[in-house]
Amino acid sequence: MTGSTESDEPLGWRSFLMPVGAILGLAGLIIGVWFLVDRQAAPNLAAVFFDVLGNPGEATALRAGSGNQVVVKAVLVVIALVVGVGGVWLFYAGLNAVTMRLPARWRGRLLPLVFVGPALALLTIYLVWPLVATVTKSLTDGDGVANYRWALTDPGNQSMYFNNVLWLVVGVAGSVGLGLLIAALMDRVKYESLAKTFIFLPLAISLVGASVIWRFVYTWRPPSQPQYGLLNAAWQAFGGTPVPWIQTADFHLNTFALIFILIWLQTGFAMVVLSAAIKGVPAELTEAAKLDGATERQLFVRITVPMIKGSLITVTITTAIVVLKVFDIVYVMTGGRYDTDVVANQMFIQAFQAFDQGRASVLAVILFVAVLPLMLINLRNIQRGGLAA
Amino acid sequence: MSTSPNTIKAGAGKNQRSVFVRRAPLRFAVIAICVLWFLPTLGLLVSSLRDARDITQTGWWTALLAPWNEHWTLQSYTQVLGGENMANAFLNSLIVTIPSTVIPITVAAFAAYAFAWMRFPLRRTLFLVVVALLVVPLQMSLIPVLEIYNKLGITNSFLGVWLAHTSFGLPLAIFLLYNFISQLPGDLFETASIDGATHFQMFTRVVLPLSVPALAAFAIFQFLWVWNDLLVSLVFLSANADQSVMTLELSRLVGGRGQQWHLLTAGAFVTMLLPVLVFVALQRYFVRGLLSGSVKG
Repeated sequence: MTGSTESDEPLGWRSFLMPVGAILGLAGLIIGVWFLVDRQAAPNLAAVFFDVLGNPGEATALRAGSGNQVVVKAVLVVIALVVGVGGVWLFYAGLNAVTMRLPARWRGRLLPLVFVGPALALLTIYLVWPLVATVTKSLTDGDGVANYRWALTDPGNQSMYFNNVLWLVVGVAGSVGLGLLIAALMDRVKYESLAKTFIFLPLAISLVGASVIWRFVYTWRPPSQPQYGLLNAAWQAFGGTPVPWIQTADFHLNTFALIFILIWLQTGFAMVVLSAAIKGVPAELTEAAKLDGATERQLFVRITVPMIKGSLITVTITTAIVVLKVFDIVYVMTGGRYDTDVVANQMFIQAFQAFDQGRASVLAVILFVAVLPLMLINLRNIQRGGLAA
Repeated sequence: MSTSPNTIKAGAGKNQRSVFVRRAPLRFAVIAICVLWFLPTLGLLVSSLRDARDITQTGWWTALLAPWNEHWTLQSYTQVLGGENMANAFLNSLIVTIPSTVIPITVAAFAAYAFAWMRFPLRRTLFLVVVALLVVPLQMSLIPVLEIYNKLGITNSFLGVWLAHTSFGLPLAIFLLYNFISQLPGDLFETASIDGATHFQMFTRVVLPLSVPALAAFAIFQFLWVWNDLLVSLVFLSANADQSVMTLELSRLVGGRGQQWHLLTAGAFVTMLLPVLVFVALQRYFVRGLLSGSVKG
């Protein structure tokens, strides 16, 4: 790497090409953006191809909004790739080329802006400003006081918060606890990496996909009919009467069933991080304890767990953030019915089905307040370690 | 991977047989956990290959216990890909996912380089803001961003979804890449700048090639996140069926055809296929990403 001294070469053709490339890139970007915004643009372009190929019938059909949609989609895929992938690179290269032509004094000041500016702009538009806007909206859309009163005192909402607490406690304890247990167990067998893959794989599955998988497991039929849901079949084999797990709100049975879906997905994450941490515990420590006659359990509780405390905290925080915002599972499995509602789902319902932006904003703010302590912990950790997080 | 040589060595001295018996519960526990974790997915896969009527007549395990009696068929797949818009949704998911993965990597890599190796005012403060934004829930952004989109007319456009996914992925991307790029040896930069290389040249020729492991780790992360996302697509891209992505289609199937298990199982498996393949092939990088401290808002 250190041997590359290409920069000796005079700027020559490169300095000419950069601004041209930048202009072309910008033009391409604009055309591409137009294509992606105007839904008829891609069919029209495809129609031009058909005109050139001498197939006016197909061209007319495309212009009219019908015709072969696969061709249209193919045009879109190509444009998406060119604009999305190439356009962004040209954008940075162009900005850089323009900046490099400025006097040295300006160059030094502006160049960091070229590098960091686009990221900051996007973060401002999509995260910082909406934060302010949502808080404002929660106070000013309709009657702010009424919004908050509804959010905090409505009986339906109170059972919803209880569900969220249940998710938080059971979901986090379940994922982290099982992850720790499995990591410790698998640390002792030879086929560790294969066994871990089984636990790990659900991480690649979407929450929607996982919901379908578990919907099938939880399926209920009246007792007179054959049970094809795995859980009820097993339950019946042990002498139980089939239970409609998802519809049964007694003792929050259905919420527990939903939480288990998340545990099934998240345990792999906890396992991976904690397993790496366990392997990092110095062997001398465990050896010494063994010589002193410590049992495996003592070893685990007194040495391993305290040694991996940092990783345990990180995993717990990360899982807590995921659990607090849980949406997909509830949305797909019950839509919040049968007393399974959670804040994120209700926020979606208020915003996009009831179109009550004030109430939706209050719920978003409540979620934000809930993660605020975790944000402060993150910031403190970074501060402590200096900028190198 | 040889795991615990100490336990094995300690056992070798004693009676081999007693060690085997002593370790039997451990082995049993590990295998039982693996089986339990895999069963739900196996049920989905088996059912998607069974005849539509059989699925609700007998449990899927009967098909596994007597596979020769079973009428295996790919009909559910042809039906879900043909009649249920899944093939189109697969293309849409690709259109959404690829730029939504590449754009944030590019934007974040430039920013991470600047945070690590350039000097500018407010550098530290701005980085702390990025870290703070790591945990901000998406829900805070949905309504205001949708309002901007409606004004600009880019609601229900691929462009809007790309930019949304890009921005929501940026804090994690910057954080992960900064951690990696800031640890590169400083000598590299001194040598290069003595040779007269500009920041842009150092970035493209030195930093990017060296950062491939970190870039790959985030790429897999973001790919899985975008492909599996439901909420962002639901809000910004759900109006037109011809733009629908796979998670949207699957959740629609659940809503509309909740009892047609052959469609649901095949549909779910089709949506899972690509991410699971990517995941298995690039597991190593993914684990590295997880281990470098990943939280996402």
